[in-house]
Amino acid sequence: MNLTLDYITEMRPQDILMPVAAGLCCKPGGFHIDPVRPVERAVITHGHSDHARPGHGAVLATQETLDMMRLRYGDHFAGRTQAIRYGEPIKLGDVTIKFHPAGHVLGSAQIAVSCKDTCIVASGDYKDAPDPTCAPFELVPCDVFITEATFGLPVFRHGDASDEIRKLLASVALFPERAHLVGAYSLGKAQRVIALIRKAGYDAPIYLHGAMEKITRYYESRGVALGDLRRVKGMKKADLAGTITLAPPSATSDIWTRRFPDPVTAFASGWMRVRARARQRGVELPLVISDHADWDGLTATIDATGAGEVWVTHGQEDALVHWCTAKGLTARPLDLVGYGDEDEADAVPANEDAEA
Amino acid sequence: MNRFAELLDRLAYEPGRNNKLRLITSYFREVEDPDRGYALAALTGALSFKHAKPGLIRDLITDRTDPVLFALSYDYVGDLSETVALMWPKTAIDREVSLLGHPSPRPSPTRGEGAALSSARPPRKKSKAVMAPLSQESAATLLSIPSPLVGEGWGEGYREHSGHDHQRRHNNPPPPTLTDVVTTLRTLGKTELPKQLTRWLDELDETGRWALLKLVTGAMRIGISARLAKTAAAELGDKDPHEIELMWPGLAPPYLDLFAWLEGRAEKPVNLDPAPFRPVMLAHAIENTDFAGLDAGDFIAEWKWDGIRVQAVSGRDERGDRLVRLYSRSGEDITKSFPDLLSALHLPGAIDGELLVVRDGRVQSFNVLQQRLNRKVVSPKLIKDYPIHLRAYDLLGEGNKDLRGLPFTERRKLLEAFVTELDDPRIDLSPTIAFDSWDALTAARKNPADAGAGEDAEAVEGVMLKRRDAPYLPGRPKGQWWKWKRDPHIIDAVLMYAQRGHGKRSSYYSDYTFGVWTTGEDGEQLVPVGKAYFGFTDEELLQIDRFVRRNTTEKFGPVRHVVHEPDQGLVLEVAFEGLQRSPRHKSGVAMRFPRVNRLRWDKPPREADRLETLERMLKADQAIEA
Repeated sequence: MNLTLDYITEMRPQDILMPVAAGLCCKPGGFHIDPVRPVERAVITHGHSDHARPGHGAVLATQETLDMMRLRYGDHFAGRTQAIRYGEPIKLGDVTIKFHPAGHVLGSAQIAVSCKDTCIVASGDYKDAPDPTCAPFELVPCDVFITEATFGLPVFRHGDASDEIRKLLASVALFPERAHLVGAYSLGKAQRVIALIRKAGYDAPIYLHGAMEKITRYYESRGVALGDLRRVKGMKKADLAGTITLAPPSATSDIWTRRFPDPVTAFASGWMRVRARARQRGVELPLVISDHADWDGLTATIDATGAGEVWVTHGQEDALVHWCTAKGLTARPLDLVGYGDEDEADAVPANEDAEA
Repeated sequence: MNRFAELLDRLAYEPGRNNKLRLITSYFREVEDPDRGYALAALTGALSFKHAKPGLIRDLITDRTDPVLFALSYDYVGDLSETVALMWPKTAIDREVSLLGHPSPRPSPTRGEGAALSSARPPRKKSKAVMAPLSQESAATLLSIPSPLVGEGWGEGYREHSGHDHQRRHNNPPPPTLTDVVTTLRTLGKTELPKQLTRWLDELDETGRWALLKLVTGAMRIGISARLAKTAAAELGDKDPHEIELMWPGLAPPYLDLFAWLEGRAEKPVNLDPAPFRPVMLAHAIENTDFAGLDAGDFIAEWKWDGIRVQAVSGRDERGDRLVRLYSRSGEDITKSFPDLLSALHLPGAIDGELLVVRDGRVQSFNVLQQRLNRKVVSPKLIKDYPIHLRAYDLLGEGNKDLRGLPFTERRKLLEAFVTELDDPRIDLSPTIAFDSWDALTAARKNPADAGAGEDAEAVEGVMLKRRDAPYLPGRPKGQWWKWKRDPHIIDAVLMYAQRGHGKRSSYYSDYTFGVWTTGEDGEQLVPVGKAYFGFTDEELLQIDRFVRRNTTEKFGPVRHVVHEPDQGLVLEVAFEGLQRSPRHKSGVAMRFPRVNRLRWDKPPREADRLETLERMLKADQAIEA
């Protein structure tokens, strides 16, 4: 332990973690969590492109997150890398960090940062709902809980994802001459949707947009069974009748869809809970399947961590801060910029062979 | 109710007519009586009960949620019914937990390291709390966790959504059926409504609540016509939808006899309605090439009046009381909008005709007639200022006789006699046009004023051709009736914005906002005057789509801003039927039935039409109204 800190018995949470332009900065540990700009040492929660960016000096993350960054950005995405297992304590400067499953996507983690007697959990993106493609969310008791608020309004309550899959399969049965096109973020959501479709007993081939292939094959290599997957490229239009294809959301309203017979456009996202959002995107079959915690999940989790102080970031901060305050918790919004749905901002991959 | 809600939900997103039909028919097939009957009634607008006011719904939600959270949510969602449906607290216990700040029961921490820790955790401290020291044991457990995907129990969060939900449903009363909702609402007193709504909202799921609120506030708006719903029912029994139209006025929800017949379990229901609707006969648009195969001598010509096609039916019920009904061409009962016409229809019979406004013996334009449409209250002033008139085209029945099998010439004779006998200034006969060759008719169409229409010529939309020997057939039978519309107004406008279409067109920019030139504060500028989304061929659609993609200057959500400079842009030749003043449009004018007539790749935008041209047309139209 650093001698200079030995005489300080109590640290304020903001001395441990502080929002700066590059992201959440841990001064006593000498690193940033999910930095949006290149930094010397980055600790990364999960592989989505708004959290995991290339160009850092050193990256500490789970093996899965490192693998995904390598798949997306190439071998030289960082100067050095170090893999960390869930639950393995690592000392960085004056703090000890530990990764715990966040239940968001494969390899996603919450990062518990402990310094002296204070424990802060930066949860990254998380969900407490079941997901057959990643380790379940783990509740980590702490003093300060940093929560996302993507779906931080009480209108966002995501039901059972398997009910939504049932809706999709009923539509496939009702329209056997049409193709079903499911927009899903290519990292995590797509694989979860496929796994749920398989769980529902559908065993016909499922087709993939080229931009999803690499990540999906990676999931398979990590032991996630996804059944018969095929590339949609090169398929005859008529042969796609009655089939299901997964594609990045941006592709489902693109010229690319012209290869499908009278496609039914579905979109798997927590946003689909709100009709106007679905309509804006021209979605005909909204599927409320989210990889973020819903309102009930956020509030239950905050409550269960036992944290007395809550920092709220990316999303609907106001409502969640209001809820915390009403419960007598200290809460404040964290002004972090640069986080959102990863495929939302991405341009349409011009070439289907491109990795999104 | 939940199954019906699912149907509404799906229909609300589905743009294609045939796909809507499939969804509704499959609902009728899966769902039993009487629920499906009430669903049919809901879709055809045949349900009647007092609607709940939005204020009541708002009170219900503000009573049980945090007002700040409600305000933030409403602001985000933008629709009251939907906001309430989505944020309605699940159960009495949950409600207090999530919204009023009472302590919540702990989620069952049965899995994972954190769960074990949480139960061992000391009570909450305000900030700066002391982290419970890890025991040797649990630290060891942590280190032994290999990969996230190995081991049992993965795939389940500590909070099991589904299990929780099932339990809740198990312990609570089952959600109401559509039948429960409809039959209860019919008899429910106003003071009991809030309590009953609350009970249902507690019992239904999100979609169910949304559908319930849409139903009770009377704001369904899901783009389903009564005709479409009836067609879907007909498909259940592979019947002709006209048959359902015919018997419809004699049927009542939940239509047990109708479904029994459709499923082959009973005889066809008999329509005992004394003033039934009869499916309307429609015409095909004639093309220049059609005339070659047609003999002028086989046809009678009439003016096509620009009003509202109606069927005016008068009959006597079993007590001998007179019953008069006006139907739109789709069979919708519009009697209430025109009480001033009813007394003129004093003889039993069914007239096919056109509703017009006639002032001082002159037929007014469609714009004037529009003042009489969609009015909640038909005031004496409205009746006086916009006197309604029926111009008779055809006679479908007289007394108990069905005349539809007779040739048109014979029906026409009977119609002439019938109108004479009615002897009322509010009803007259549609005059025929004398012609002996197609050339003569061409001349008449070109100049209706000189061909008999006189001062009413501006209310003439074109010419109708009816085969002398044609029976009155439902639908649009081939070769019997033809419509030959006047040439539309044409302007050259510049494409300004484009939006993607729906369904099959969802990847194409197929909705176009176009504008014309005007002199504004910044000099010459384009002002939007209308929107068109048809008229072009599939090939032209591809061309415009390509143009839009290559010439987008900005994007606003789904809308693309397309280049429109004096020397750069695409000129569309737009055809339309008429113009109207409109305060809702920036240009102050609104077009009727605009469509893309032709693409003018050859024309630079600078040479497109000006707003003044439209204003001149508008003045010409208004001169007729005055």
